[in-house]
Amino acid sequence: EVDLDERLGELDLRNDSDIPDVPPPTDSTPEILKRALSGLSARWKNWWIRGILTLAMISAFFLIIYLGSFMLMLLVLSIQVKCYHEIITIGYRVYHSYDLPWFRSLSWYFLLCVNYFFYGETVADYFATFVQRREQLQFLIRYHRFISFALYLTGFCIFVLSLVKKHYRLQFYMFAWTHVTLLITVTQSHLVIQNLFEGMIWFLVPISSVICNDIAAYIFGFFFGRTPLIKLSPKKTWEGFIGGFFSTVVFGFIFSYFLAQYQYFVCPVEYNSETNRFVTECEPSELFQMKKYLVPPLLQAVLGWETVNMYPFQMHSIALSTFASLIGPFGGFFASGFKRAFKIKDFADTIPGHGGIMDRFDCQYLMATFVHVYITSFIRGPNPSKLLKQLLILQPEQQLSVYKTLKSHLIGKGIL
Amino acid sequence: QESESENKLDGETASDSESKSEFGGSPPVPTSDDTPEVLNRALSNLSSRWKNWWVRGILTLAMITFFFIIIYLGPMVLMMIVMCVQIKCFHEIITIGYNVYHSYDLPWFRTLSWYFLLCVNYFFYGETVTDYFFTLVQREEPLRILSKYHRFISFALYLTGFCMFVLSLVKKHYRLQFYMFGWTHVTLLIVVTQSHLIIHNLFEGMIWFIVPISCVICNDIMAYMFGFFFGRTPLIKLSPKKTWEGFIGGFFATVLFGLLLSYVMSGYRCFTCPVEFNNDTNSFTVDCEPSELFQLQEYNIPVVLQSVVGWKTVRMYPFQIHSIALSTFASLIGPFGGFFASGFKRAFKIKDFANTIPGHGGIMDRFDCQYLMATFVNVYIASFIRGPNPSKLIQQFLTLRPDQQLHIFNTLKAHLLDKGMLGSLEDA
Repeated sequence: EVDLDERLGELDLRNDSDIPDVPPPTDSTPEILKRALSGLSARWKNWWIRGILTLAMISAFFLIIYLGSFMLMLLVLSIQVKCYHEIITIGYRVYHSYDLPWFRSLSWYFLLCVNYFFYGETVADYFATFVQRREQLQFLIRYHRFISFALYLTGFCIFVLSLVKKHYRLQFYMFAWTHVTLLITVTQSHLVIQNLFEGMIWFLVPISSVICNDIAAYIFGFFFGRTPLIKLSPKKTWEGFIGGFFSTVVFGFIFSYFLAQYQYFVCPVEYNSETNRFVTECEPSELFQMKKYLVPPLLQAVLGWETVNMYPFQMHSIALSTFASLIGPFGGFFASGFKRAFKIKDFADTIPGHGGIMDRFDCQYLMATFVHVYITSFIRGPNPSKLLKQLLILQPEQQLSVYKTLKSHLIGKGIL
Repeated sequence: QESESENKLDGETASDSESKSEFGGSPPVPTSDDTPEVLNRALSNLSSRWKNWWVRGILTLAMITFFFIIIYLGPMVLMMIVMCVQIKCFHEIITIGYNVYHSYDLPWFRTLSWYFLLCVNYFFYGETVTDYFFTLVQREEPLRILSKYHRFISFALYLTGFCMFVLSLVKKHYRLQFYMFGWTHVTLLIVVTQSHLIIHNLFEGMIWFIVPISCVICNDIMAYMFGFFFGRTPLIKLSPKKTWEGFIGGFFATVLFGLLLSYVMSGYRCFTCPVEFNNDTNSFTVDCEPSELFQLQEYNIPVVLQSVVGWKTVRMYPFQIHSIALSTFASLIGPFGGFFASGFKRAFKIKDFANTIPGHGGIMDRFDCQYLMATFVNVYIASFIRGPNPSKLIQQFLTLRPDQQLHIFNTLKAHLLDKGMLGSLEDA
């Protein structure tokens, strides 16, 4: 019986250069493209494929935005599942562990559990009215944490029972790999959806800023690139980095100006239980109402204006763009390091010319968390609907006493 | 027969003969003998088998006594002990990672691991402190700002560590560095979250801290005793010394122990009341009107048991019923935490996590069954015991905007009207 643990133990101790390469993925460029570009040299062919696919992805993005919040949620979910699949597949290839007992099922099971937990926590908040009406859902919501924990424990116990002699180390590696992947992909995707519910602009501007920074840094690097930025990614240059930063800030500023005018982008997404649809209609908050700002004397000379009409949100967009340009790339470097560590060229071959979904989303990792933390720290206070949900769970006597306290407070402030 | 019982006496870790075949090529991580000189001399006459038994026994009693002393000293000391145990567990697991990957000299890595531990602890403690020390925090200006922007500050701190990790990646060591990064994060996930859930349970009432931990310890000891005297059928290949007889005997013994311990503890306020921070005296107080969980009630004994026990009704605390759930979990699922740790030790060819406690191994060896217990108790309390805290909800309410406050007030009013609770108090 082959002791894989022994072999793996030796693998862990050797230098990176001694580790065998992971077999490269197959080329999945569609036949049509290949024939259309068969005349060009390899370098231009690659450039054209990348360009066409970039346009295709951006168009798909606009299409989904047009289709609405629900489609966006589904899209985020699909991307999350595909990213998870890509990273897990790499783990299998690295450890040749595709045949480990139970492991494929367990990985997908854990993905399901964690998604169930997160969706239950967030979605229940937003669908409060829908949930109130149905008895079975009430039960699931009330004991949500317990049910999620029980589901997770089942997976944990099955893992322990599935441990096979001489494969222990491998199985623990895959267990850890699964959990770290869940931590990265699932939490990010849920934060993206929470940002989305805050208002589509909080979803669109950050993602566009990261994409813009990618493209702008590439173009600046192509034309002006000279000084290498970091050993991990030899093609990145300081000129690209700085040029990308300024372009992204300007882009974010202008893009926010356009989006802030439409209620469709600016209003929190709400679920209307009567029409059973998502609605984005509201009184725009003061973030999205034009204000007069005094231009600082320094810029007055440059621009020639004394005051300017801006949305307050545009100031926030500067913070978002700055993060996207300065810290976002670290997500990309992390992914580059990861690919070098495990000797893979791309995460997968899903998108011709670009690699896998993860290759496109590596810079977005940190952005979603940043936007979420930014919103909770600087924009909105605690979530009123969550508070309401908790109030309704209290015992009737407690509700009554809270009611009296609130009433006296509101009367004292003159609101009632 | 002689070798079998000798194997059983060696305790829960792999016996020597078993480990020799497992270790095969690579040598096990050596652990020095940490037994204090005093003990060594006192027990020098006995054979090595009994010496081991005595060392384990003495240390067990020492740990239990220590546990009682800490309980006596109060919540603050308990919190500090939990914190220390957490740090030691983290250190033990990270050290194992270093030994496995020979990566003790990787640039930055020691610093980064401790830095991440600090960040995650800062985040969790900040959230807890904001909840429980609300009035204290609001009074002091620096604390108030730290609390308001807490998530942002924590995230910024974490990001700094993340960026430092990326900048520290060195050619030819990428894989190793990513392994250690993953190892650190999984360890944080296990160790730090558990320790914070324990502290949450503690604030709920010391009984929610003491009963679960004691049940796990009792199950350990009882399963060992039952296994020693009656053990015959092996339970799981991972831990060859565990037996079904020990498992089942331990289960019943633990449930009984839980019932008795809960009965004794429910009578004292210092155990059943939530821990609160008194702003005026700047200390923790445990004083309250005991909730109905801790008030004696008459229960009708089911007819089946009546003939056995001979009583028709029995006076019990409702908490004792909950203790049955806690003990059941401690006996049936808790051991899976121990099996997980056994598998881990075999995977990485180590005998013990460390040699901190003579005869027992490292702190992690003692706490492996507690992993899941803390999370279970926390989830149990959140699901079945307490609802949200009304005063906390009022605090959150006060931070909302006026129009949001009005909306919530009206919804609550409509809800109460629906339930007919506002009948006589109707005044707009």
